[in-house]
Amino acid sequence: MTLLEPADVPIAGIPSQFLSPVILAVAVCLFCYAIFKRIDVLRKAMPDPRFSDLGVRTKLALVYGFGQWRQPRYLGAGILHILLFAGFLILSLRSLTLIGRGFSSGFHLPFLTGTAGFCYEVLKDYAVLIVLVVCIVAMVRRAVFQPARYAHPGVQGHESEAYIILGLVSVLMVTDMLYDGSALKAEGRTAETFLFPAATLASLFMPGHDAGTLNYFHIGGYWAHILIFFGLLNYLPVSKHFHVITAIPNVFFSNLDKGAIKPVRWGVEDWMELDEIGVSRFQGFTWKHVLDFYSCADCGRCSDNCPATSVGRDLSPKMISIKAKDYAYKYYPVFGTAPDPGEVKFTGDIISEKEIWACTTCGACEAECPILIEYIDKIVDMRRYLLEQGRLPASLQKPMQQIKKRGNAYGAPKTKRAAWTNELEGVEVRELKEGDSTDLLFFVDSCGSFDPRIQEIARSFARILSRASMDFGILGQDETDSGNEIRRIGEEGLFEQVASKNIDAFRSRMFREIVAFDPHALNAIRNDYPERFPVLHASQLIERLLAEGKIHLSGNYLEDRLVTYHDPCYLGRHNGIYREPRSVLNRLPGIRFLDMRRSFSRSFCCSGGGILLWYENEEEKERMGERRVRMAEEIGAQVIVTACPFCLINLEDAIKTTGNEGKIEVIDLVELVDKYTSA
Amino acid sequence: MEIVVCVKWRPDTSEADLTIGSGGKDIKKDGLDYDINEWDRFAIEEAVQIKEKMGGKVTVVSVAPEDAEEMLRETLARGADEAFQLWDDAFEGSDGYAVARILANFIKARPYDLILTGTLADDDCGGQVGGMLAALLGIPSSTLVSKIEVRDGKIRFNRELEGGLYEAVDMDLPAVVSVATGLNEPRFVSIRAVRKVASAEIPTVGLEDIGLDEAQVGPSGSRILIENVSMPPEGEGAEIIRGAVEEVAARLAEVLKEKGGIR
Repeated sequence: MTLLEPADVPIAGIPSQFLSPVILAVAVCLFCYAIFKRIDVLRKAMPDPRFSDLGVRTKLALVYGFGQWRQPRYLGAGILHILLFAGFLILSLRSLTLIGRGFSSGFHLPFLTGTAGFCYEVLKDYAVLIVLVVCIVAMVRRAVFQPARYAHPGVQGHESEAYIILGLVSVLMVTDMLYDGSALKAEGRTAETFLFPAATLASLFMPGHDAGTLNYFHIGGYWAHILIFFGLLNYLPVSKHFHVITAIPNVFFSNLDKGAIKPVRWGVEDWMELDEIGVSRFQGFTWKHVLDFYSCADCGRCSDNCPATSVGRDLSPKMISIKAKDYAYKYYPVFGTAPDPGEVKFTGDIISEKEIWACTTCGACEAECPILIEYIDKIVDMRRYLLEQGRLPASLQKPMQQIKKRGNAYGAPKTKRAAWTNELEGVEVRELKEGDSTDLLFFVDSCGSFDPRIQEIARSFARILSRASMDFGILGQDETDSGNEIRRIGEEGLFEQVASKNIDAFRSRMFREIVAFDPHALNAIRNDYPERFPVLHASQLIERLLAEGKIHLSGNYLEDRLVTYHDPCYLGRHNGIYREPRSVLNRLPGIRFLDMRRSFSRSFCCSGGGILLWYENEEEKERMGERRVRMAEEIGAQVIVTACPFCLINLEDAIKTTGNEGKIEVIDLVELVDKYTSA
Repeated sequence: MEIVVCVKWRPDTSEADLTIGSGGKDIKKDGLDYDINEWDRFAIEEAVQIKEKMGGKVTVVSVAPEDAEEMLRETLARGADEAFQLWDDAFEGSDGYAVARILANFIKARPYDLILTGTLADDDCGGQVGGMLAALLGIPSSTLVSKIEVRDGKIRFNRELEGGLYEAVDMDLPAVVSVATGLNEPRFVSIRAVRKVASAEIPTVGLEDIGLDEAQVGPSGSRILIENVSMPPEGEGAEIIRGAVEEVAARLAEVLKEKGGIR
């Protein structure tokens, strides 16, 4: 028998040719209205130029959006999501078809007739079953295994959202199965299990040949499907599932300027004249930041990789997005009048000062987010506001003042900036005066110039350059702090000052490229400075020198100890330099090397960046450096090689406080190469 | 509430290599960085916080030459309402008494309820100006003050004594209160905040406007004459005791007994 089609069955006397357009119109109008209200908030936000490089952006949307590139970083959840996403795309055509069926029975999309249509029907049926199974697995996984990253510390009201969506999608699939299953049963096509598994499964639950009941399932299933479909559609803009719509645009508009911090206000040259700088109110965010808040899917992968969260600081990146989105939904509602925020301050009340200062700008959150949500610029913008109110953590005030006065956070006189060269035997380090020229400009930065431990790295590097017969020089007294941390603390005025002093010093000398062993200096010069100079890291230069045969490695300093490498945040994540340090290490004769579980873009911050070494956090249960040393212990490493002075200082401290003195050695890559080229 | 804050412009001697100047009566100051006395920074913050709570005006004064203008501008960026630079070449070489005289003459011509300053200057640790200023103005004063509360024309505060003890004091206003360090957390002043007060006027007030003559300021107006400044003798340095824990402990006990540290 054949069943009646929805288009032929009036509901309570009303023909579907009337009902269908009405439902469609109401649902679509509601949806468009909600989208309009959401976009309206973007229009009121700060500007953000994201329309350049359309080709690159399209590729990002294809790779990270449609390609779900980052999902497999959490393999189980990743596979579930990819299946759900693929199912969603496949079933979108089905939804359109079903809507059409309300207008005329047997409606098919123009290109889905004949063989193509049949193939699609099969594909669609598999998709329905897979999506249903995935939803059930997801619900069970969430309820039973309770992955830690789904929690909402300190914020109520989000626990049920995931279940609502998963439940609704499951019911959506079931209604489709009822619609098709009833038809399958009625037409007696029960031998098509492997073509239509979902429909066949549904048909098993249906009574034999009772046309009436089967019609109820068919028509009822259809209208239930339609109503739930449009209900879901309109639930998206008011829930965390807004990401279904905004995720791919979010990827398209993502940040192409890696490693740099955004200007105080895009499009404003003289930002000091602005009345307000930084983010104090919600409207201080740029429209892309607001889109980020809309797009957060509450997956928690960012916080799961955040070192601050891990050691118990108040910061959890996901919660910043969730709280900001809640704020946007509350004070810019789709329906109803917007309540008055009154005394509630966004920066300070919604997001606390402790959260804001706890961030080390390591970038683990940004490297993990499947849809490329940004965090660092937002933290820096909020810091900019706090700084203007004079609210800088007490432990940072003196170092910042010293940078203002002396050009370095140590408070040492400028005249002593090149004093580290005095104890260098047999190597002449040229201090370049204005008008001098050289091949390589060695930018030492403040750590290397004044910290006694780091001066050893500076000397090691000078020795290596000398052995390679490189023509190099330093700026000496004309060098000022690179300003990387200053910018990230939010003192843009001071950053501009130190940057301009360094740029003047660069301009008045001639050189082919700049080299630094401090990744923070590398980052500032390469990504933040308003003028570009060619700059590379010591590890890249050393790799080149080895390849060109200018230096040769020999010796046995490591003595068969197991070696691991700690990827510094500003070398690895922010500047993509992972390969070169490892390539150098692997050339060391007889080296035994093993990466830690957290390596490459999953490396764990030592806490040294974005906030100056002097910052003391009271909430943390353990120092990040100590956590990192334990990771080295886990793999039995006896030597930790790093390529950043801040990392060296933090890890060496942690070696002592974790009782590993004498058991694990921390050494900089440059120092290690020095030892292996000293023969 | 009219609050006056007296600040000192002095060389930063904390990390510098000091040498004695020719003549042996002072340290060589030309290579040194000058900045506001650390103690006075707390005094300004306290003044601004009191103003923010109770309303009024904060006036900053410093007996300092032209170079101090940047420092005074920073105090405006901190929240002070006006700043004055008191200078005349004749002021050069003034001791604590002469400085107190200059300040007293300037301040007495204006309305004031409270005068705040740091207890000590961290270059020469004189600690005299506050008390002398109060005596010249005929008002009460106190030192090493924290936990300040202003109410109904009186000021209540804690004064630090020895051994971690404090005494609570009630004092009538007007008064001179010299603050201890750490009584508040001075706010951070960004480059932009200083830029915003770039065009504010900081008047220079000279000898005549203050109403003193040359004999009353500089070395002739001073009551203390520094005869000689010298470096302390360099010792041999620390003795580092190395060895196994038991050996180190034994040697340490020996040393303490020798030096009379143990009976």
